[in-house]
Amino acid sequence: MNAVPLFVAIPLGAAFLIPLFGLWWKKSGEVLATLSTLVLAVMAISSIGAPAVTHHMGGWAPPVGIALVSDGLAILLLIAVNVIGFLCLVYSLKYMQVYSGLPKYYSLFMLMVAGMNGVVVSGDLFNLYVFLEIASIASYALVAFGVEADELEAGFKYLVLGSVASVMILFAVGTVYAVTGTLNMADAAREISTRFGGPEMNPALLLAAALFLMGFSLKAALVPFHAWLPDAHPSAPAPISAMLSGVVIKSLGVYAICRVFFHVFGFMPGVTSSVILANIMIWFSVLSIVFGGLLAVGQWDLKRLLAYSSVGQIGYVMLGIGVGARVLATGGPRSLAGLAILGGLFHLLNHAAFKSLLFLASGAIQQATGTRDMKQMGGLKERMPITAMTTNIAALSIAGVPPFAGFWSKLIIIFAAVKAGLLVVSFIAIAMAFVTLVYYVKLQREVLFGTVRGAVENAREVPALMYVPLIILAIFCVGFGLLYPVLGYRILEPARDALLNGAEYIKLVLG
Amino acid sequence: MTVYFLCVVLLTMGLYCLVAKKNIVKKVIGLIIMEYAVNLYLIIIGYKRGGVAPVIERGMNPAALERFVDPLPQALVLTSIVIGLGVMALMVAMCLRLYEKHGTFDMSQISKLRG
Repeated sequence: MNAVPLFVAIPLGAAFLIPLFGLWWKKSGEVLATLSTLVLAVMAISSIGAPAVTHHMGGWAPPVGIALVSDGLAILLLIAVNVIGFLCLVYSLKYMQVYSGLPKYYSLFMLMVAGMNGVVVSGDLFNLYVFLEIASIASYALVAFGVEADELEAGFKYLVLGSVASVMILFAVGTVYAVTGTLNMADAAREISTRFGGPEMNPALLLAAALFLMGFSLKAALVPFHAWLPDAHPSAPAPISAMLSGVVIKSLGVYAICRVFFHVFGFMPGVTSSVILANIMIWFSVLSIVFGGLLAVGQWDLKRLLAYSSVGQIGYVMLGIGVGARVLATGGPRSLAGLAILGGLFHLLNHAAFKSLLFLASGAIQQATGTRDMKQMGGLKERMPITAMTTNIAALSIAGVPPFAGFWSKLIIIFAAVKAGLLVVSFIAIAMAFVTLVYYVKLQREVLFGTVRGAVENAREVPALMYVPLIILAIFCVGFGLLYPVLGYRILEPARDALLNGAEYIKLVLG
Repeated sequence: MTVYFLCVVLLTMGLYCLVAKKNIVKKVIGLIIMEYAVNLYLIIIGYKRGGVAPVIERGMNPAALERFVDPLPQALVLTSIVIGLGVMALMVAMCLRLYEKHGTFDMSQISKLRG
């Protein structure tokens, strides 16, 4: 008996039971959701370093039945989703008290976690689509949870664009099925590599690849598909913003791109279309880095600044992945491809920690001061020392200041890009790393330091339930960087190896 | 081949409706057209002329297996219709709430966020 199905079953069960018990038990949401996310977080952490396993749903062997696969890459995402999920939920306990309809909130929250865990462990293309839709629908509803004019508008935009992405993904899934006659990812990968392993990809598969890339890029909010993110993420309640920016765009976007392109289509050396795909990935990520960074500088709304910064940082994650893919497709050294992918995955993990910290802190600041406008803030350090301190750590980490984790991951990505000969791209990445520093220095100056002014006058430190998650995340921001030789490699290196060796994945699932 | 082409035409029509129309209810209709174009596409993948239901009986002629239609795309379409229903319900609910707030379905009058 392995624990993989429980990652989907526990949150799905909780999502069903919370509104049911909520009929006569007011605290059902808080209690059940905290318990189940705690169990999930413990399960995810205890699976660090576990061997890759496949679970056959209902006992049917893979090409026929649905397989749930937990390999290194899946474990990395499971840790990010469930640990961040638990911390955001603890934060919600206090933060969400001003809202009504709480059992619905916790139910949707658990549904979102179930969808993300499902996307991560699914070994079947259509199953991936179904879980993606579960997570997406829950997050559309959560963005609009405040039901004010702004929330509804942002939620509607997110819903329309997200549904277009889902339609494209379903189209692509259907096309892959039409060509290969299977929905199992490993089986489809075997079919593609044996039947279409020539220098050119089958045109129908190329269409599927393009549709997948478009759909998942929309979910990941890569430029030019980013228009919904700066509206949707700030409009959601703070813990949901933290979940959306911290893990949703990664598990539905970046993870799905990695899984589908590295494992199903595969980046085979000498295949022209693989090189083109990898180049498109690099272009999307460079555009994201540039536009996300530049647009963030001009923002005065705290949460919008963070949202644009998410666009830029997800660009760095995809740059690492894209450079790795390009090196694989051009037949470069596998160790270099591994380095680039490791950098991307490392930045993914770091971004999950610091961006969710920043969004949670922005929620604390908003609740204490009653505003998100940075012009009305200043000297937060005096009134809310813990929030200010943790925000400062996250800002330094995301800006890439040396001992913090964000520095190391950006360094690895840029180093790999230079080694791969992409000098212009790496120059842009370095220049935009300084721009990142600029807008976080702006955040520090305007919000954290300086004289106490404006809305901060009457602010008081938030209760412990809200600042303890901030402290834990701040420890992650420092710890990922310093403890990499002790702990990081046990999470990241299996994930890198899983992405590099597509053949291992086929063997793992099909036996 | 022509039917696949028509599916794509339908998809593009839905996308055009989604992008060009200002009325949010029409946007919802555009999205539903897109969803149904993909459902149609999935059904066509599994279509077989003169096919029969895939039920195996004892002592069946193996040649009859050839005439079975592929049941998988139909199962996929059922699932995707249910998902589409969920998305549509949420979308319509949001449209109604937006109408309550603004008294109009016109996106250009509703829109305040800058994207």
